[in-house]
Amino acid sequence: MTEQFPTPVIGMEIHVELKTKSKMFCGCKNDPFGADAPNTHTCPVCLGLPGALPVPNRKAVEWTIRLALALNCSISMESKFDRKHYSYPDLPKGYQISQYDQPIGHDGYLEIGEGEKRSKIRIRRVHLEEDTGKLSHKEIDGENVSLIDFNRSSVPLVEIVTEPDMRSAEEAKEFGKKLHRIVRYSDVSDADMEKGSMRLEANVSVSEHTEITEDNLPPYKVELKNINSFRFMALAADYEIKRQREARARGEKIPQETRGWGEAKKATRLQRVKEDAQEYRYFPDPDLPPMRFKEEMVASIKKSLPPMPDTYAAQFVAAGASYESADILTDDMATAQLVAEALPLVSDGKIFINWFLRNRDTNAALSAADLAKRFADEKGSKVTDEAVIIEWVKTVVDENQNVVAEFKAGKESVLMFLVGKVQKLAAGKADAQVVMRLLRSQIDQYTRSSVAR
Amino acid sequence: MLLDLSIRELQAGLAAKKFSSEDLVRKCYENIAREQPRTNAFITIVDKETALKEAKEKDAARTPSAPPLYGIPFVLKDSFATRGIRTTCASNVLRDFIPPYDATVYRRLREAGAILIGKMNMDAWGHGGSSENTDFGAVRNPWDIERVPGGSSGGCAAGVAVRMAAFAIGEDTGGSIRNPSAWCNTTGLKVTYGRVSRYGCVAYASSFDTVGPMGKSVEDCAAILEATAGNDLHDATSAPVPVPSYTAELAGAESFIKDKTIGVPRELFGEGLDPEIRASIMASIDVLKGLGMQVKELSMPLFDYGLPVYYLIAPSETSSNLARYDGVRYGGDRSNFTEETMRRIMIGTYALSAGYYDAYYRKAQKARTLFIAEYKRLLSECDVLVMPVNPTVAPKVGELMADPLANLLADVYTVSINPVGVPSLAVPSGFTKAGLPIGMQIVGKMFAESLLFQIGHAFQSETDYHTRAPKV
Repeated sequence: MTEQFPTPVIGMEIHVELKTKSKMFCGCKNDPFGADAPNTHTCPVCLGLPGALPVPNRKAVEWTIRLALALNCSISMESKFDRKHYSYPDLPKGYQISQYDQPIGHDGYLEIGEGEKRSKIRIRRVHLEEDTGKLSHKEIDGENVSLIDFNRSSVPLVEIVTEPDMRSAEEAKEFGKKLHRIVRYSDVSDADMEKGSMRLEANVSVSEHTEITEDNLPPYKVELKNINSFRFMALAADYEIKRQREARARGEKIPQETRGWGEAKKATRLQRVKEDAQEYRYFPDPDLPPMRFKEEMVASIKKSLPPMPDTYAAQFVAAGASYESADILTDDMATAQLVAEALPLVSDGKIFINWFLRNRDTNAALSAADLAKRFADEKGSKVTDEAVIIEWVKTVVDENQNVVAEFKAGKESVLMFLVGKVQKLAAGKADAQVVMRLLRSQIDQYTRSSVAR
Repeated sequence: MLLDLSIRELQAGLAAKKFSSEDLVRKCYENIAREQPRTNAFITIVDKETALKEAKEKDAARTPSAPPLYGIPFVLKDSFATRGIRTTCASNVLRDFIPPYDATVYRRLREAGAILIGKMNMDAWGHGGSSENTDFGAVRNPWDIERVPGGSSGGCAAGVAVRMAAFAIGEDTGGSIRNPSAWCNTTGLKVTYGRVSRYGCVAYASSFDTVGPMGKSVEDCAAILEATAGNDLHDATSAPVPVPSYTAELAGAESFIKDKTIGVPRELFGEGLDPEIRASIMASIDVLKGLGMQVKELSMPLFDYGLPVYYLIAPSETSSNLARYDGVRYGGDRSNFTEETMRRIMIGTYALSAGYYDAYYRKAQKARTLFIAEYKRLLSECDVLVMPVNPTVAPKVGELMADPLANLLADVYTVSINPVGVPSLAVPSGFTKAGLPIGMQIVGKMFAESLLFQIGHAFQSETDYHTRAPKV
């Protein structure tokens, strides 16, 4: 069965509520979770009352640009809001103000995995819209009722849509986690999955082709919705892949449908069949003048972005950390920042990082300087005697001639591999700066002597 | 009669204590008692005692520096949100809707001290040119009770014509202020798009909707606009353009307009225009010539496309704007929409649907761009354009409702202005032999309201059509 439809094709749509002070198109407080009671953070605009008009929140627009840039997107220098029509009781205007053909960000990407598994997930678009109200269905005095809370109505919501570039549930999960991290580094949203300020949807299908191109995408997709953790996302996607492979192998046609995750049965379950293509009647919202962004504005937003997780991770790996360690250290920005600041102050980055991770809880509260001092105190003095170190270096260079050749061919990064080998001989006690300097000079000499031979 | 006086004269009389706001308000209710049964101009009349109490408070609090509209009674088209006073838009869908907030124009008038007397009947949602498409009974033209007053702001025009208030605020999407002004012999201004905030005005077609003054004279309209125009943080399409002192700029209007050029697009005076209206507009152009203005014949080849552009974009937008009346809120469900409103919703829904969007909505938007260029060209060859407001005089009640196409054609001279956004002032231009009013439009460049007022004011200084009121 697996052979018949070997390739899972997964694309994702992620919604992120921005944590601006006020809502997207009115001055109401943007804090649906903190509200004392339903329908208290509302006004004529977010209730969609007759005659009320939306006025865009500048901060939300700037933050969307910020997030789009963090996701390596191009920015539409001319953008606009469109109306997306559909009828639902939590949508008070009968349309949602969204963006159709000029999303604020487009054509970005995000990289996941390491080494050979490294892959680039393309991001099709990043656009800004408004959230809906919240429906709850309850029994009150023996009667089934539906209640609407508009506190969430018109909260700024960013939608991120990927290309169908993920090929396994694991990749989808990794993408979700990476995106979550970038959203938090960008400091534009709490991205709390439990509260729903970050919401995941995965479109899953399976293909008979091994190479997926624009032209051979499967003729259907199943939308996995209302899933509030990365783990459930992976479980649901895995389940779907298996279910679809079996169904398609039996010759069944899989309908375009929406499914949710049932944790009790560990299975996806049907929520809604989409029989027809939706007719949203998009058109430019005449209440909102088109936006034109200045190059300087976008440049200054870009400049204000902190380094992203990948930048820190690369730095940590270069210092000798494993991919896994680097991944843990970059989970939250404060930790990544702390470790990055402390690294130049310590004698051996790799040992430092491992030591940091072992004592993470107590370490995380320290300043970079205190951290470096404590590390130096705990790990004792370094071997700095060049006469001792040079012997280790010579041994390593002799034993790793292939790597030395790579280094000479210009692959600078392998130097850290050699540093690691030296540290192994030195039980981690050699001064890394000295090791690196001696390695370079030794390789240099070695080369000359071998040419002479 | 007291309410025949201009706003400036009323204010002078109030300041001199010749009469009080209470007197004015009493007069309004006297006229309402006599004329409302005949015209059906109101949907909601403010409780008389409430209005009198407000007038007395205004009289008591009056200071010598009272603003120009202080203590002056007015009415609003029933499309404006008024806190605590129902706002129906003449539709059963909103029959019982009491807004919790005020439209910006209403707030500004209240702050200026004006006193609200009531909310006026109209074509539901602005859908119509006769004020018959209403769930509150057709409005009748006070000049001939068998005829329609025009629309959609017909209640406002009829109300001002028989002095049930000193002035009115209307809303013009495709002629809704100008058309009833012409047929009821009142003065009305369709402002530049963005000149007055739309916040709180129930939307018909958002990119065409304009909020404007309706009054007994150009001078009154200038005073009303001065108090209501200007940027509003609640309306992203309102323009951050300073508001001139329109009334002060009327002084010396005659010398200012001298040598300005009137453009007369010949296509607008051809087939389909009532010969009496044609003669009246030509005579009015002669009056303007007599004031020293130049006249230039121009050509407007796009004219015929005005109706299709309007009747694709406006229904598209209205189909979207009316989506919120889904039966979950406000009481009335969608079966309460009238046939005319359903027709516009259907056309708009169709034009915006995938597969038809390019052929209809997008094409209409492209044509709109051409219209903008066309008006720009015309208004570079002259200072203002002069044209009729309507091709015919006010039809008899029922005539337009029976013939939806004739209903559309009644707007032929007004609809192409709104897609462009330029201002247009409708002033009384004379009467037919049968004694029915005729209106003339003066169309200017974006934000050229001052010049329109100056020309209109000079014209009204030379003519007395605007001073005539229907026999009561």
